[in-house]
Amino acid sequence: MSILDDGVVAIAEAVRTGTVRASDIVDDTLERIDAGDADLHCFLTVMADHARERAAEIDAAVQAGVDPGPLAGVPVALKDNLCTKGTLTTCSSKILGNWVPPYDATVVERLRAAGAIVVGKTNLDEFAMGSSTENSAFGPTRNPWDTSRVPGGSSGGSAAAVAAGFVPLALGSDTGGSIRQPASLCGVVGVKPTYGLVSRYGLIAFASSLDQIGTFASTVEDAALGLEAIAGHDPLDSTSFDRAAPSLVESLFEGVAGMRVGVIDEFAAEVSPSCAAATFAAAEALSAAGAKVERVSVPEVLHGLAAYYVIAPAEASSNLARYDGVRYGLRVDAPDVATMNALTRGAGFGLEVRRRIMIGTYALSAGYYDEYYGQAQRVRTLVARAFERAYRDFDVLLAPMTPSVAFAFGEKTKNPLDMYVSDVCAVPSNLAGHPAVSVPFALGEADMPVGVQVLAPALGEAVMLRTAMALETAAPRNARAPIVGRDPRPRPLATEGAIDA
Amino acid sequence: MPGISIEEVRQVAHLARLQLSDDELSVLQGELSALLEHVARITQLDTEGVPPTAHPLPLFNVLRLDEPRSGLTPAEALAAAPAVDRGRFSVPSILGDAL
Repeated sequence: MSILDDGVVAIAEAVRTGTVRASDIVDDTLERIDAGDADLHCFLTVMADHARERAAEIDAAVQAGVDPGPLAGVPVALKDNLCTKGTLTTCSSKILGNWVPPYDATVVERLRAAGAIVVGKTNLDEFAMGSSTENSAFGPTRNPWDTSRVPGGSSGGSAAAVAAGFVPLALGSDTGGSIRQPASLCGVVGVKPTYGLVSRYGLIAFASSLDQIGTFASTVEDAALGLEAIAGHDPLDSTSFDRAAPSLVESLFEGVAGMRVGVIDEFAAEVSPSCAAATFAAAEALSAAGAKVERVSVPEVLHGLAAYYVIAPAEASSNLARYDGVRYGLRVDAPDVATMNALTRGAGFGLEVRRRIMIGTYALSAGYYDEYYGQAQRVRTLVARAFERAYRDFDVLLAPMTPSVAFAFGEKTKNPLDMYVSDVCAVPSNLAGHPAVSVPFALGEADMPVGVQVLAPALGEAVMLRTAMALETAAPRNARAPIVGRDPRPRPLATEGAIDA
Repeated sequence: MPGISIEEVRQVAHLARLQLSDDELSVLQGELSALLEHVARITQLDTEGVPPTAHPLPLFNVLRLDEPRSGLTPAEALAAAPAVDRGRFSVPSILGDAL
């Protein structure tokens, strides 16, 4: 038992008041990673020396009567597409296999300013393209609930690191569900904020009009506190909102009495019976807590997936043009520069990244531009308008998060479309730029966790997280990541009896 | 449209500056055809008069004061380069043997 299991809020409180030393917390984290990560492979880089130095700084500050900040002494894991000055940042790609950024992402600076301690960089699908971490050039991450299953993706390493109890807080990025889907599959909370709430400076770009950084934690309150620390305007990201970051934790416990909740009709048929059942149970729980719950039809959301798989690859093909073997990253030598570019990119990018670059290049090429890319952008407008219509009658919307519980390795790698369908409930929020959160709510097939999704209009984080909090309160404790009072390491399903609340 | 020819796949790979083997091109031909068939469903939707959304925020020109601030030093900027020559990024010949 360690204070790590008590979460972000408890750790920060204990460190700020001098009850527990940050150095001891970091030792616990590093010990757990050392003992358990050989099986799970959440981390690509563990920053042990850095973490110990930072912990000593924080302990010294507390000793001197200086408050280290709202995340004092909290160990944090970062998805390896977030730039860390002086520490490898690979995007799980061979093309950036040895890249050490010369600067920190804004979120890394904000975490530091809040007193958090970065302990390592986590595994992802290469360039955040995928839903299982099977596309990592450095091998997949395993789901702590059942190591024969994927943790989801693309931020699978971050989700699994929180689920395993290695860290109480982690950051990921969500372009088409890459925070929420792995959160659901790993039984943790995953928040994708409104586009523009968190600076993307130093997040390696995948699809710039969709990418957004967010948090993973075991509880809604912990995820909200982490988000408060990283949110807010940044002059280095011209798409970040030029206004003060909202307070999220303050109103978290105000309940949902009188809140209007719409349950999106269209997704029920797209997901497994257990995922649909969890959503309906969540609706009942909110109703019991005093919310006004009704069904709502938003048919346009089902067009989201096809539009997403044009827009995201189109933006990716443009963003990834920078990996040309000239300024940083891999180079495969050739007598002339055009051949060098092509050989470098052919050798450096994995299968899925090449596939997306090809799709995107095709969709943007002369003759097809309007048919595919232009049309996808118009459908994006239809999705946004459909949400606008729904939010006239509702404060938040409720939906399933994933079509199924965590699947087995190799189950969806043969046909790319099988994997893409994992994102069907997630992508509409990215297209609209809206916030959404996945909250662990039930156990489904094989006793694997099932998340439920709460969606809100732009900058609706406070009301969205309040709803998520109400769900967390109503959810059975055994639906959440197996950390509190339990062995944090993976266990085979056969002994899962120990997981009872 | 669905169905993309091997010549088209080769041309797209060229545009994307990806050196791929014939086997890789032929696998991609099948995969891209299937994906295009899936996404082509949006081409059936009536979007007459619907404006495109390129970006979720109604952003216009975002300006900041033109104040000097420090950036990367040349050494920092070149530190990750595969090849450097006299303080510059070095690349193979651009015009082949013409020069």
